[in-house]
Amino acid sequence: MDNGRTKFEVRGFSLFYGSFCALRDVDITIPVNRITAIIGPSGCGKSTFLRTFNRMNDLIPSVSVKGEVAMDGQDILSMDVVELRRRVGMVFQKPNPFPKSIFDNVAYGPRANGLRDRAKLSQIVEQSLRRAALWEEVKDDLGKSGLALSGGQQQRLCIARALAVQPEVILMDEPASALDPIATLKIEELIQTLKELYTIVIVTHNMQQAARASDYTAFFMMAEDRAGYLVEYDSTTRIFTNPQHKQTEEYITGRFG
Amino acid sequence: MPRETFDRELKRLQDETLVLGSIVENALTQSVAALKKRDFAASRRLIEQDCQINERRFAIESDALILIATQQPIASDLRTIAAVLEITTELERIGDYAKGIAKINLLIGDRPLVKPLIDLPVMAEKARAMLHQALDAFVRRDVDLARAIPAEDDVIDGLYNQVYRELLTHIMQDHTLIEQANYLLWAAHNLERAGDRVINICERVVFTVTGEMEELDVKEGTCITPEAI
Repeated sequence: MDNGRTKFEVRGFSLFYGSFCALRDVDITIPVNRITAIIGPSGCGKSTFLRTFNRMNDLIPSVSVKGEVAMDGQDILSMDVVELRRRVGMVFQKPNPFPKSIFDNVAYGPRANGLRDRAKLSQIVEQSLRRAALWEEVKDDLGKSGLALSGGQQQRLCIARALAVQPEVILMDEPASALDPIATLKIEELIQTLKELYTIVIVTHNMQQAARASDYTAFFMMAEDRAGYLVEYDSTTRIFTNPQHKQTEEYITGRFG
Repeated sequence: MPRETFDRELKRLQDETLVLGSIVENALTQSVAALKKRDFAASRRLIEQDCQINERRFAIESDALILIATQQPIASDLRTIAAVLEITTELERIGDYAKGIAKINLLIGDRPLVKPLIDLPVMAEKARAMLHQALDAFVRRDVDLARAIPAEDDVIDGLYNQVYRELLTHIMQDHTLIEQANYLLWAAHNLERAGDRVINICERVVFTVTGEMEELDVKEGTCITPEAI
């Protein structure tokens, strides 16, 4: 399973909200074209850690960081943040389509990047919707409002929107937690096909989802001073069949957390 | 403790496995005792009792599947349930060996035994003791004990070889004994197989605790059985 290629290399990474340490000394290597799941109890910093990869935490005042985060060997902390976020897309827990047509939702990013050519935009919209496994359901209705879609379709629309700017990485923060079981499975299947083209990092509260849908799993926990830290990182198979740390075992078997 | 119901059910599953184990242990020694005493009534009872063993095994299997379906166990919990499924299968098979020996007693019928049974009861007792220890190791998650038990199977294998040679000698002296000697050899073979199945149980114990599959029966060709050839 290990393809030996690294997308992100995180070394000695800590994150502070003011003086409060939210993440302490995280070392992790995120492989290219693989799905890495981040699990852990509420408050352990997993979403904060996910947002590190596209520096969404920069938007929060008083945040400071320590350590290194490199993407393809390049320090992301000193990278142009607009360029970083084009390369590292994000999908959130609650589907958040813009109050625009399906077409305009997907074309939003490329247009923001200056693309005006209608034919080229149409091509990107179709390709993105196909990759997000939504094309067949909406191809005759691209002018319909994105908000008129079902929850599961809206989430796939958001994925298509993220894909339209041709990112290398997709971050997903509990992308299926607001969806029903069938829509959830569709998203999970979709993630499997997307990893051929993208590196995926996903935060999930759903243990079975992490077990089903990811290649690697990182388990985070909260220390006594409430700082999040990485307990164990291994292949998903290993984490869910024979984890090496007692805390991981207790968490995944539902005995604490 | 957020998983009280699950933990209770998991414990019950293991308790039921132990109950089944003790029934099988008794069946094993009693089947040979009945053969030795030529007690046909006892053998018939054991044959009937085998149905109960099978039913208990199916009940445990059904409970285990329900637990998997409703509680989504993972890691050591899942290994425990998988071990219960494997162990109960082995117990059911050992129960069949006991039933086979009971049938042999009936097949031999009123004819006197070609030789006094000395080694078979020792084999049965050894297999019973090994089984008891293996189940003990399972409940206590005792990997060291589980790894130590298979060495004791050498005693059973040694006795089996001895019985085999003795019966062969009898057959060579008197060809009319072929049928009964064959039956007794089957009985010995059943006990030898019971020992092997206990080793399988020991392997499951190691897997339950460590998560690693480990072959514990590494010796080859020490026993003159169809399986060893």
